[in-house]
Amino acid sequence: MQILEFIKDNLHLIYILILSVFIGVEVIKNIPAVLHTPLMSGANALSGVVIVGAILVMLQADPTDYIALTLGFMAVVLGILNVVGGFVVTDRMLQMFKKKKQ
Amino acid sequence: MNLTLDIIYLIATITFIYGLKYLGHPETAKKGNLIAAFGMGIAIVGTLFLHDLVVPTFTYVLIIAAIAVGTVLGWIIALKVQMTKMPELVSLFNGFGGASATIIGLVEFNKSIGDPTQTTTTMAAIIIGSITFSGSVVAWGKLNGTMKSLIRLPKYNLINNVVILGLIVFAAYFVWSSSSSQPLLYLLLFVALVYGVLFVIPIGGADMPVVISLLNSLTGIAAAITGILYSNMVMIVGGILVGSAGLILTFAMCKAMNRSLFSVIFGAFGSTQAVAGSQSVKGDIKHATVSDVAILMNYSQRVIFVPGYGLAVAQAQHAIHELEQLLESKGVQVKYAIHPVAGRMPGHMNVLLAESNVEYNKLAEMDDVNPEFKNTDVVFVVGANDVVNPAAHNDPSSPIYGMPILEAADAKQIIVNKRSMNPGYAGIENELFYNPKNSMLFGDAKTVIQSLISELKGM
Repeated sequence: MQILEFIKDNLHLIYILILSVFIGVEVIKNIPAVLHTPLMSGANALSGVVIVGAILVMLQADPTDYIALTLGFMAVVLGILNVVGGFVVTDRMLQMFKKKKQ
Repeated sequence: MNLTLDIIYLIATITFIYGLKYLGHPETAKKGNLIAAFGMGIAIVGTLFLHDLVVPTFTYVLIIAAIAVGTVLGWIIALKVQMTKMPELVSLFNGFGGASATIIGLVEFNKSIGDPTQTTTTMAAIIIGSITFSGSVVAWGKLNGTMKSLIRLPKYNLINNVVILGLIVFAAYFVWSSSSSQPLLYLLLFVALVYGVLFVIPIGGADMPVVISLLNSLTGIAAAITGILYSNMVMIVGGILVGSAGLILTFAMCKAMNRSLFSVIFGAFGSTQAVAGSQSVKGDIKHATVSDVAILMNYSQRVIFVPGYGLAVAQAQHAIHELEQLLESKGVQVKYAIHPVAGRMPGHMNVLLAESNVEYNKLAEMDDVNPEFKNTDVVFVVGANDVVNPAAHNDPSSPIYGMPILEAADAKQIIVNKRSMNPGYAGIENELFYNPKNSMLFGDAKTVIQSLISELKGM
């Protein structure tokens, strides 16, 4: 019963999850081997979207709750490292491919 | 929720989908990366400023400081790293994302007590986040050589499965009991971190690309789970996209190595390697000198280079390109045969050779190049081992049995450059070295190639 209840309450979410899985699969299918590493690196940068959650943690934290603020600070630093590092590294790799095409 | 912010998230989500799509085609890949980065940028700025919360200035200063520190650090690391170190770096950044998700889960735990759905979500964020964090750090350590490549505890399969089951039961206990115990929460965190380590340590080097890809996929899932905590669409969709894309990439790699994903997930991974078949390889090893090889190449018509991780370690990508150009100027046709899992990450060799400006059309993929080996005068294997090991065809007891390989043995003459006779990263003997057509040219790849170049220049 609880499971049915859960499905009823979260139907939108379930639709979104399923459709996103299919989009992810379709978008990535048949990638040439050359692009595996940049693709992995780019997808890795995208997983840094967790930074949004880290910012929300800090925004919602009670200003006197230093533990939450400290943890949030760490989460933001780590998340943005993943984002910035990931995109810059991917760009560097792809730059090299581009150079040769001339 | 602020409508403008919702619209910004929607736009960001669309840029992620386009970004990934464009990343899959050589012509548009660079643009795809920039589009996705732009989307991420507006999502971050939007989250910061478009909300209905009352936030003290102090908190804002802290957030901006955190973003500034992380941006500068990330940028510097990304610009400074050598191309050969790329797999480690992707693994490390991936770990940071996982850590971030874990911390969010820890902070949100207190608020979630009493609501089974929210507690389940925080538990999943903490567990998956910590597994990706500690797993990625171990992968990073293994790849850059600070950690031993392969550590097997006795009965590690059993231990791993017991630990993961224990974790699930532990998390279920939190959900059912609505416990708010902090010590127990940190115990759960600790066990999850330990599991991440246990998960990655028994995995041999040849399987490393699969693991990195799988961990990458898990970080995406962790991000999506934290997104559920905040009903945040960009996190949910972005995370799931990465999760499923990473999984597809994992499948692609498993296929290239003839492993099933089932054996990856349930830890049977590489367990057959326990029988590491150094048996039954016999025969003599022939040695070649640099001048032998230089002469051989000089009088060849067709030469194929087979690069592997040894090339990356020795930083020999520029030297090999110079050798290729020199041979071409002498009328020798040169190609590079690229195995899909050569190196430590799929496409690793492509990136590396791209760095030294090797022409696109000189890089041949396995299926295209395999029929050409018979008409090849010399195959020059540089720091590759498992991807040319004939045991993949003839030895059913070998851990790499069934993996498609580069058919270097079909060529008229084989030259293998390695630092020593040590077995490859997968830890198995290679009978190709004992092939009568093969000669070994021992030494550091860069030094050897440079001496080849100077010999050839004198001819």
